[in-house]
Amino acid sequence: MAKTLAEKVWDAHVVRKGDGDGANAQPDLLFIDLHLVHEVTSPQAFEGLRLAGRKLRRPDLTIATEDHNTPTLDIDKPIADLTSRTQIQTLRNNCAEFGVRLHSLGDAEQGIVHVVGPQLGLTQPGMTVVCGDSHTSTHGAFGALAMGIGTSEVEHVMATQTLSLKPFKTMAINVEGTLRPGVTAKDIILAVIAKIGTGGGQGYVLEYRGSAIRALSMDARMTICNMSIEAGARAGMVAPDETTYDFMKGRPHAPEGADWDAAVEYWNTLRTDDDATFDAQVDLDADTLEPFVTWGTNPGQGVSLSESVPSPEDFGDENAKAAAERALQYMGLAAGTPMKDIRVDTVFLGSCTNSRMEDLRAAADIIRGRRKDPNIRMLVVPGSARVRLEAEAEGLDKVFKDFGAEWRFAGCSMCLGMNPDQLDVGERCASTSNRNFEGRQGKGGRTHLVSPVVAAATAIRGTLSSPSDLDPDPVVEPVETPIRTDAA
Amino acid sequence: MEKFTTHTGIGVPLRQSNVDTDQIIPAVYLKRITRTGFEDALFSAWRKDPAFILNQAPFSSGSVLVAGPDFGTGSSREHAVWALKDYGFKTVLSSRFADIFRGNSGKQGLLAAEVAQDDIELIWKELENAPGTEVTVDLVSKTVVCGNIVAPFEIDDYTRWRLLEGLDDIGLTLQHEADITAYEATRPAFKPKTLPARLS
Repeated sequence: MAKTLAEKVWDAHVVRKGDGDGANAQPDLLFIDLHLVHEVTSPQAFEGLRLAGRKLRRPDLTIATEDHNTPTLDIDKPIADLTSRTQIQTLRNNCAEFGVRLHSLGDAEQGIVHVVGPQLGLTQPGMTVVCGDSHTSTHGAFGALAMGIGTSEVEHVMATQTLSLKPFKTMAINVEGTLRPGVTAKDIILAVIAKIGTGGGQGYVLEYRGSAIRALSMDARMTICNMSIEAGARAGMVAPDETTYDFMKGRPHAPEGADWDAAVEYWNTLRTDDDATFDAQVDLDADTLEPFVTWGTNPGQGVSLSESVPSPEDFGDENAKAAAERALQYMGLAAGTPMKDIRVDTVFLGSCTNSRMEDLRAAADIIRGRRKDPNIRMLVVPGSARVRLEAEAEGLDKVFKDFGAEWRFAGCSMCLGMNPDQLDVGERCASTSNRNFEGRQGKGGRTHLVSPVVAAATAIRGTLSSPSDLDPDPVVEPVETPIRTDAA
Repeated sequence: MEKFTTHTGIGVPLRQSNVDTDQIIPAVYLKRITRTGFEDALFSAWRKDPAFILNQAPFSSGSVLVAGPDFGTGSSREHAVWALKDYGFKTVLSSRFADIFRGNSGKQGLLAAEVAQDDIELIWKELENAPGTEVTVDLVSKTVVCGNIVAPFEIDDYTRWRLLEGLDDIGLTLQHEADITAYEATRPAFKPKTLPARLS
């Protein structure tokens, strides 16, 4: 029978089929190839194992890092926040006790868990990947079935290396055409979420397809799959192809020699069969897509950057209307305001959505030789210590620092403000992260989700801006310490 | 896990859609390493507003939360379920739950009952007209009763069975340990292992 990518990966991992058929079917028991662990959603799971006297079944398929709580400044000093420090110390103790590989703060492989897995070559096509973090969907960019789980499920995977799961439905997201300059993967996914809504993907695994997706790099595909959860889907996938293999080849945990050949042969069988059918289809035109940005307090509340803040009256559904009213009040915005007139205080370039090399390079290309709006604070937080090192080797750190941005150490940082990187009450942020929920980046903070190039253009102009709004030939005086000539 | 068959308690109308888990429990509370004691964290930002529903008697002693569509979206934090339970909620009614939240609820004995939005609207009106009205949520018959309103709800059969029996997931799975071991023996050699560690 013809199958989709998601169905093939699913079927290859069934340890035990659930009894029954159709709607009454019990869940299948699926084997998990890779379990990623971080400090926030694991302590209670380790404690559960300990209390039940259970072992962690497969330490060799488990890896941990520290990311959510970690500071992005002074990482050589003890963590100032005591509860954060305790939580990280708890992870260190648990990993030592249960034999789990851990990349701690200061280690070159430390970083956001969803940046670390692919970078080490541990994320591969056709795998099942889980983590106690909803943005695990990121790894679907490799053609893996990757999903976020809760702490009870984390404990279940630790104890059994399996998960009980009900089969998903499949949804094809077809993106055909060619993106215009200044339009990126982030705009694709924000437009998809605005189109299908925050619940539109619920119960589905999304497969991103079409010429516009095929043309994207792995970093860009990760950005798209990362935000599948914001459309309600637990997982999003892209079929593996030469782009995938080129990215993986030579990474520390990528297969080598005969194993590589066997792997590629298998990976090539994974793509959705031509005659397979999806339970749902959504089409998006890449040719006409513009930079996309959110105006509200959920990721589905977005518009093209050239549009204006919508009015609650624009929404037919009563719940959507009420949600829009509430969102406008929280965001301090008036309906009808052009998005490009919105002045921001902070620009955050980072998070598991947009903190990889391509993101940093794209932003650096925009700001090189230009000046930051003096009223803007800009934070640049690489996704991993390795990304930071690579960026420094290319001199990107200097570009950001010359521009007036803060160049920080790796972690989740201001995406969710579990560390000191937070917005103040009422502060407005153009953020390359994934969630514009109330208070997400700090109590009372206001978030507009944007792409890295929109973030960069915004930092220059001070208002939400696209790269096409910039003066093509900026005349910028060199940033130098004035030389005193009057000294006697 | 405690068995769940039926529950009767004060209904709390939360007239809001897209209640994400960052609202249910902000990230700052996720630094704790315990599994209990999260009652203070539930809706902590909203509870600073005296007009918030949980700051009003008799809703403050409610145990049945009646919410708008797309409840529990966003972060996978199971702390959201712990906070609801620690506060005293036994069940949440909504026309649509986010997948991960629904899964986490099932693991922790919090009943996530899917009720049609039309019925949610009726229940909201009833609870607002007569604050303190009790809602009965019966998992055996999959029915919600509130005043004169009788509404069916949906829940998948497997979760319902586990809730009714109070079964522990890990224990259930370990009954099939031989199947897991057999599967492990068939995994291809090219699949990666985290150990021994290889570094860049």
